Amino acid sequence: MSDGHDDIDERALRAEALEALLTEKGLVTSDELDGIVRHFEEDLGPMNGARVVARAWSDPDYKRRLLDDGTAAIGEFGFEGAQVEHLVAVENTPRVHNVVVCTLCSCYPWGVLGLPPAWYKSPAYRSRVVREPRQLLEEMGLALALEVEIRVWDSSAEIRYLVLPERPAGAEGLSEEELAALVTRDAMIGVARARAAGND
Amino acid sequence: MNGIHDMGGMHGFGRVEVEPDEPVFHAAWERRTFGMMMAMGWLDYWNVDAFRHAIEKVPAVRYLGDGYYGRWLLALERLLVDAGLLAADEVEARRAGRPPETTPRGAPAPSPRAAGAQREVDRPPRFRAGQAVVARDLQPAGHTRLPGYARRRRGVVARVYPAWVFPDTNAHDRGENPQHVYAVGFAAAELWGAGAEPNATIHVDLFESYLEPDDRDE
Repeated sequence: MSDGHDDIDERALRAEALEALLTEKGLVTSDELDGIVRHFEEDLGPMNGARVVARAWSDPDYKRRLLDDGTAAIGEFGFEGAQVEHLVAVENTPRVHNVVVCTLCSCYPWGVLGLPPAWYKSPAYRSRVVREPRQLLEEMGLALALEVEIRVWDSSAEIRYLVLPERPAGAEGLSEEELAALVTRDAMIGVARARAAGND
Repeated sequence: MNGIHDMGGMHGFGRVEVEPDEPVFHAAWERRTFGMMMAMGWLDYWNVDAFRHAIEKVPAVRYLGDGYYGRWLLALERLLVDAGLLAADEVEARRAGRPPETTPRGAPAPSPRAAGAQREVDRPPRFRAGQAVVARDLQPAGHTRLPGYARRRRGVVARVYPAWVFPDTNAHDRGENPQHVYAVGFAAAELWGAGAEPNATIHVDLFESYLEPDDRDE
């Protein structure tokens, strides 16, 4: 599906017309829009969530706080506000695998993961992950044994979910920064595992 | 509303295509549309539920064809027109380089809202963790956050959450009606029948008035 890759696009022309109108009416300024976009492109992103996960992997007390009250625990890093006002972390274990979706729109924990990737917002993901999670995860490269219970979280209200992936084997002794490099966006959505330690 | 946005469980959308090293935005207009929606949202002419409902009301063909930020753009235009800030033909006229034929209704400055959407309520939660519940068969033409696939299905309360503003009324400026929210776990077989995958539970965050006790559990 075309999603804005063309240079000349009816949507681009309408957006331009709309921005001109809103600016003339004094409702927004160009600088304000630049600032908002820059914040979302540069300050927010999965590197934030990766720090949270890395600390939970290294510090059992922090992990307990994260699972008890995700909002407060990410607040320790200063992550707060848009779309993480009520964050719940769900823990993957050898027996339970969690995966997150928003079937009705594309709710996503912006404050720890940034804006969602296109596939998370796609009709294919939204329709299928609730109906056939095991099949879909396998197609996306994550094969789970039948004994592993899959828990899908459809974030249909204001709670936002963050998956705490399993710490990869061989990660003992790594610093938080080194651990954070193993934590991918997809692992925190629940469609992948964390990267293996020692592989670049 | 029973709209195209309510996609959980639908067939026919194919494989999930993952784009490696995807940028945050794919085009300048997506960036500007996102910025405009955020900036306008903070001005409080509408609430987040009305925003979500405006996206749902994008005609189904455009909903699928215009992509994620294309939907935002259409929704933003509609919200601005409905709020009285933009004339119905104003964007179109600007595009065509002619003056609009209608004028915006005009909008009073929005009254300040309480921050966020979580609220304190006096009454205790009606349901407890572990309790069997059934999702009611509610099919409003307006906004709702009860996904169609959960209606009439039996599940178990996994988590009891605080109270939030009720989207079904708040989207239509019919009051906040805050109520508790529950993560309700539904077995895949309860939702999808005999062909369902084994050993999977689908949790849906549901407002209290979407639920009733499962009387088989009494």
